[in-house]
Amino acid sequence: MPAPIRLRELIRTIRTARTQAEEREMIQKECAAIRSSFREEDNTYRCRNVAKLLYMHMLGYPAHFGQLECLKLIASQKFTDKRIGYLGAMLLLDERQDVHLLMTNCIKNDLNHSTQYVQGLALCTLGCMGSSEMCRDLAGEVEKLLKTSNSYLRKKAALCAVHVIRKVPELMEMFLPATKNLLSEKNHGVLHTSVVLLTEMCERSPDMLLHFRKVWILVPQLVRILKNLIMSGYSPEHDVSGISDPFLQVRILRLLRILGRSDDDSSEAMNDILAQVATNTETSKNVGNAILYETVLTIMDIKSESGLRVLAINILGRFLLNNDKNIRYVALTSLLKTVQTDHNAVQRHRSTIVDCLKDLDVSIKRRAMELSFALVNGNNIRGMMKELLYFLDSCDPEFKADCASGVFLAAEKYAPSKRWHIDTIMRVLTTAGSYVRDDSVPNLIQLITNSVEMHAYTVQRLYKALLDDISQQPLVQVSSWCIGEYGDLLVSGQCEEEEPIQVTEDEVLDVLEGLLVSNLSTPVTRGYSLTAIMKLSTRFSSVNRIKKVVSIYGSSIDVELQQRAVEYNALFKKYDHMRPALLERMPIMEKTASNGPTEIVQTNGETEPSVPDTKHPPLVTQPANQANDLLDLLGGNDVVPVIQTTLPTKPASAGGELLDLLGDLSLSSGPAPAPSVPISQPPFLLDGLSSQPLFNDISAAIPPMTAYSKNGLKIEFTFERANPNPNIAVITIHATNTTEADMTEFVFQAAVPKTFQLQLLSPSSNMVPALNQGSVTQVIRVLNPQKQQLRMRVKLTYTHKGSPVQDLAEVNNFPPQSWQ
Amino acid sequence: MIKAILIFNNHGKPRLSKFYEHYSEDTEQQIIRETFHLVSKRDENVCNFLEGGMLIGGSENKLIYRHYATLYFVFCVDSSESELGILDLIQVFVETLDKCFENVCELDLIFHVDKVHNILAEMVMGGMVLETNMNEIITQVDAQNKMEKSEVRL
Repeated sequence: MPAPIRLRELIRTIRTARTQAEEREMIQKECAAIRSSFREEDNTYRCRNVAKLLYMHMLGYPAHFGQLECLKLIASQKFTDKRIGYLGAMLLLDERQDVHLLMTNCIKNDLNHSTQYVQGLALCTLGCMGSSEMCRDLAGEVEKLLKTSNSYLRKKAALCAVHVIRKVPELMEMFLPATKNLLSEKNHGVLHTSVVLLTEMCERSPDMLLHFRKVWILVPQLVRILKNLIMSGYSPEHDVSGISDPFLQVRILRLLRILGRSDDDSSEAMNDILAQVATNTETSKNVGNAILYETVLTIMDIKSESGLRVLAINILGRFLLNNDKNIRYVALTSLLKTVQTDHNAVQRHRSTIVDCLKDLDVSIKRRAMELSFALVNGNNIRGMMKELLYFLDSCDPEFKADCASGVFLAAEKYAPSKRWHIDTIMRVLTTAGSYVRDDSVPNLIQLITNSVEMHAYTVQRLYKALLDDISQQPLVQVSSWCIGEYGDLLVSGQCEEEEPIQVTEDEVLDVLEGLLVSNLSTPVTRGYSLTAIMKLSTRFSSVNRIKKVVSIYGSSIDVELQQRAVEYNALFKKYDHMRPALLERMPIMEKTASNGPTEIVQTNGETEPSVPDTKHPPLVTQPANQANDLLDLLGGNDVVPVIQTTLPTKPASAGGELLDLLGDLSLSSGPAPAPSVPISQPPFLLDGLSSQPLFNDISAAIPPMTAYSKNGLKIEFTFERANPNPNIAVITIHATNTTEADMTEFVFQAAVPKTFQLQLLSPSSNMVPALNQGSVTQVIRVLNPQKQQLRMRVKLTYTHKGSPVQDLAEVNNFPPQSWQ
Repeated sequence: MIKAILIFNNHGKPRLSKFYEHYSEDTEQQIIRETFHLVSKRDENVCNFLEGGMLIGGSENKLIYRHYATLYFVFCVDSSESELGILDLIQVFVETLDKCFENVCELDLIFHVDKVHNILAEMVMGGMVLETNMNEIITQVDAQNKMEKSEVRL
């Protein structure tokens, strides 16, 4: 068989191929030749063949049949073979195939080879793709090499150790002694990789981090090295564009950041050097800027003094004005990270940031947009919104959804007036309507409902928008809902805010019917319009037309529409007396903790009137599926027994003492009976849902009471009644502290007479902050089937100003509504 | 950590691909194509940073690239690497290639892809930066090449 061609020949041949098919053919031919050559077990040419195989692999052709050959090459004595073999192993093999384990022995031998380059190859391969088993086996060898005086091997061993630690974190301890001397090396390569190793260790293990901080006192060492680099003057070896080894400087700064984070002493030790680097670094080239960037990030992350922070933000401000796009990008990214903590300082650069919105570069635009939203506050909302809306108009589609959500959020938090808010929303809906998230529709509807005085204005504007364009579904949905609700205001021309338009009932119904038949409307939108038409039957006088429409859709193919139409038809025919009540104006919806358009607002439930069987206003009937989700939530929570077991410091006997009170509510302490207080009957648990703050409990009208107030600790009880089961009273305790010291290890315990059953859920925390800065809340559920007067004994334990405090009290002043 | 280093030309043909995390062969090819697609759309005067494509980690990873003549050098990194630092690293890499090949051009990379791998192996190991001193790298690469040559003679 003729000698297999060289790699170069192969490449030359492939380059002459004019089509993909021709190339494939050539490669297949060569693969066949290589395969037969492998079968012949030819040692001389194996290296060449594998090289060709790797080339073909890069082009995208399958090369797995060469895996074993790579192993044979690794086992060979020749350096050339080993080199290609290891390269092949790194490219073709991975730890998911069992074949790679065969390498372990070869690597072990090569790690102890006499030639440093062979050792280097072995370290390199182990560090790139060693599996956990391999790492475990060979960690000892790596550790040995970490201590060698050969700097070439030492630096490779350091990075290999990083890989080993990543794969097998338990082995980190093993490398600790060897790492100790690494920083005293002169060789920059070793220094660099050692810093990487130390960084990895610190990031993985907080114990290690503490160890480095306190025991080895790493920070002064690092500061010294950094100082040498800056002050040493020109050293041709490590110079990059006039700065001495910027890569090492950046690495050290990063490690300093990790060491200084949330630690005052370390941060103090590095203040000087950070200031020095920040002021002395040349910024004309990219390397200088890279160092400055890292310095700024470090300053912002550690506990630096305020002067330094101001310096850092100013550097970022300068970066923003730099012509180099990369620098601007980097500045925007870091400002985004610091805007939470140093809000005012970043505000100063607001105008520059807003200008970046107009930049041509997509990456910069995105960063500027995120940062702009973070900078919006009550003072600048009008100006910022103008810019952001302009941006929304002109930006790429990929930004529109995020921008729209951001605008809604900002508008909700800082809207200076209701009209402005509605105008802003209208603007978003009309310009980016199809990109708006689906769950913003219920949010908007709620907002509109709650701004009562703006109803006429809103419906008029929405109607006009609808006349222009019916393609944007969220806009159409909100508009049809509003027209359904406030159509009477529309036709009566009552708008105060702007010129009222003259609209007849028929015109309105034309528009709504148009939505029903249009191809652009989604099924959801059609549902909205049908319901809107129905609602207008009580507000408009042309009831016959509405009846006709509704009956037509009784035979619609769309099941949802059909069902609605049939039910509405039934409303006309059999339940006409109920129609006005059912279709009357929506009440103002309670606002929950609104987190912006991205969260589904729970109280909305159904925004359309419900099926005629239920006689309650739509708001209170919680949709079944939402209730089920919450049930699952509760079912998943552990039932915490009355006696808190989360705080192990509580002596067990105290629990027994409390339990003894159940029988006769006397203070006598006797032997502790078996606890009978905690209940865990699943049906009982799942009944009570109103303790969840998400629910809007209409019947909660029981006044809160102060249960205990002594020595600065005040405990207030607020009540809710669980909807499905009126025998359960849900009490939330709020514990506040008016003294100057915090109350730690706070535990609240309660006991009730035998006829009751009690359940305590876990507290929000066990520390009551001083001076009413916060409160601890906990939920108690009491089952009172016999409707007896509620009585409770409470026991409080906490630590105040270092000494433990314990108190017992009886709570008798429950308001009658809580147990009747 | 550096996730991948890719070199491809203006038409998307890969000249070097090194992955420091495991992907299947098909995924690797797709990543190369997707990265080329993202990078080639970029103007000349925009910044050199991009969010990663879907296959290579999405928005958690960044693509840092530089365009030299007919080649794109793309490093895909995660958030632990300094973006500006990687730009400098690419520069050092290209300058090292330049020294090793004497006025390197695309043809050199095409015909000596194994040598390029060897040089890269002296700079980046396991996704982490090993050595950034150009002279040091070249010395080591030269020594290893000498060893190879001496073996061939034997």
